[in-house]
Amino acid sequence: MYDVWQIRKDFPILQHMVNGRPVAFLDTAASAQKPYQVLDKMRMVYETAYANAHRGSYTFAEEITTEFEAARQTVQKFLNAKEPREIVFTRNATESINLVAATWAMQNLRSGDEILISQAEHHANLVPWQNICEITGAKLVVFPIADDGSYIKEEYEKHLNEHTKLVAITAMSNVLGTVFPIKEMAKKAHDAGAEILVDACQYAVHNKIDVQDWDCDFLAFSGHKTYGPTGIGALYGKAEIMENMPPYQFGGDMIDHVTYQHTSFADIPARFEAGTAASVQAIGMAEGLKYMLALGMENIEAHEAELTHYATMRLNEVPHLTQVGTAKNKGGVFSFDISGIHPQDLAFVLNKENVAVRTGHHCAEPLVNRLGYTSLARASLGLYSTKEDIDALVTALLKAERFFREE
Amino acid sequence: MDIDELIDNFAFFENWEEKYQYVIDLGRKLEPLEACYKTDEWKVKGCQSQVWLVPTFAPNSIHFCGDSDAILVKGIIAIVLMIYNDKSAEEIKSIDVAKIFAKLGLEENLTPSRRNGMMSMVEKIRQYADGATRAD
Repeated sequence: MYDVWQIRKDFPILQHMVNGRPVAFLDTAASAQKPYQVLDKMRMVYETAYANAHRGSYTFAEEITTEFEAARQTVQKFLNAKEPREIVFTRNATESINLVAATWAMQNLRSGDEILISQAEHHANLVPWQNICEITGAKLVVFPIADDGSYIKEEYEKHLNEHTKLVAITAMSNVLGTVFPIKEMAKKAHDAGAEILVDACQYAVHNKIDVQDWDCDFLAFSGHKTYGPTGIGALYGKAEIMENMPPYQFGGDMIDHVTYQHTSFADIPARFEAGTAASVQAIGMAEGLKYMLALGMENIEAHEAELTHYATMRLNEVPHLTQVGTAKNKGGVFSFDISGIHPQDLAFVLNKENVAVRTGHHCAEPLVNRLGYTSLARASLGLYSTKEDIDALVTALLKAERFFREE
Repeated sequence: MDIDELIDNFAFFENWEEKYQYVIDLGRKLEPLEACYKTDEWKVKGCQSQVWLVPTFAPNSIHFCGDSDAILVKGIIAIVLMIYNDKSAEEIKSIDVAKIFAKLGLEENLTPSRRNGMMSMVEKIRQYADGATRAD
């Protein structure tokens, strides 16, 4: 374990006061704050080693290209991928998923094929597949989760069949916190002859990923949730699968040889990285991952597990509050409803009390509706969260309770 | 009560709790919107909460009824309607709502993330006013 108060010194924004008071930031599931290591690294690159990566043979260009490719190796290490070329830099996880949809799925799916997803998917792992199904005639199949948000093994296996060509599944729900048993699910998917894509956006923030151990075919996550900058994400894909995929976008840096009549495309991963890369963002993303690795993923996990237990207990003290998503195996994401108080009203008072949480459907509208709500409030943890943050949340919720119940 | 009286009343509040408790009270006193109008047809898009707005056109003015499932939004709707109700289409189009909200010290309700809701409603009111002038 680490000293969280020591760690918090690395995050300039956590020292930043709003209206003269500190902020309890409980919205890491939407986007994480950045340590100065990330901020300094990006600034240093711009100040001392910036040029367009992969172009030019002068010192700046060579330095940034080296840093950019080192960033790819950091992502490889973070995911325990076999080779750096299995890592494609994208804008974010949404683009990573869209890339697989536009290339692999367009190439491989036919009418009669099925894509299997869970009820707990974020729009990013739902809408691209709906679109692909409309184009290809494939069918989108959704397997149910339990009312408490738990994964139901029997439901997954029941919906998996010889028509399933792809399982697209979140490793951790952004609404419920439910952790899905990816390794076991991947084995079942492969037994059925399907590929498996993992949306690891939430999982990557809290737990160690091992794509080789999981044996997943694709995995998407974003830089901004893993303490890095916005505008950058990554796609992992098994080399033998990605080698057979057509390009995603067309232009510079993804080509092998071009004439006016014809172009041959570059090998992976360059084939999927058309145009000037977000090189400094990729380097920043790697720095965020290095920060997590230096703290130790098992330490982050342990810190958050302790807080998850504490938050679950403390939230139960708030009258009329229902926690939504109480699966046994869950991470530091707490969605809740206070009966009679609209989440937007709640968010207003929490903001006045300097408590930052998210409200709404959390980009998982069908899931929130499936649970019987149109909108929920959600608090979520990061590696810098403290018991004091949770105390501030509970105090503010009790204040909101008094504020709105007053006649 | 007209909007100038409201601005005067608002000057007395010492903290956000008092101010918004008053906003909530305004919402509670808002002319009720009949349940039959609480449908997608009358919903204002782009709001985090559900907001409904229904116009009634008189010869020289427009009357609006509105509601929301969020209690603070309902209070803000009461203020917006106090600003716009029973005015002519031309008057509606000339009102500077941001200025009035600033005088009330409620400008935070027009910030970009909240703006969606309130500004969408104001946009909708202006559209109805536009439609009324074209029909004339």
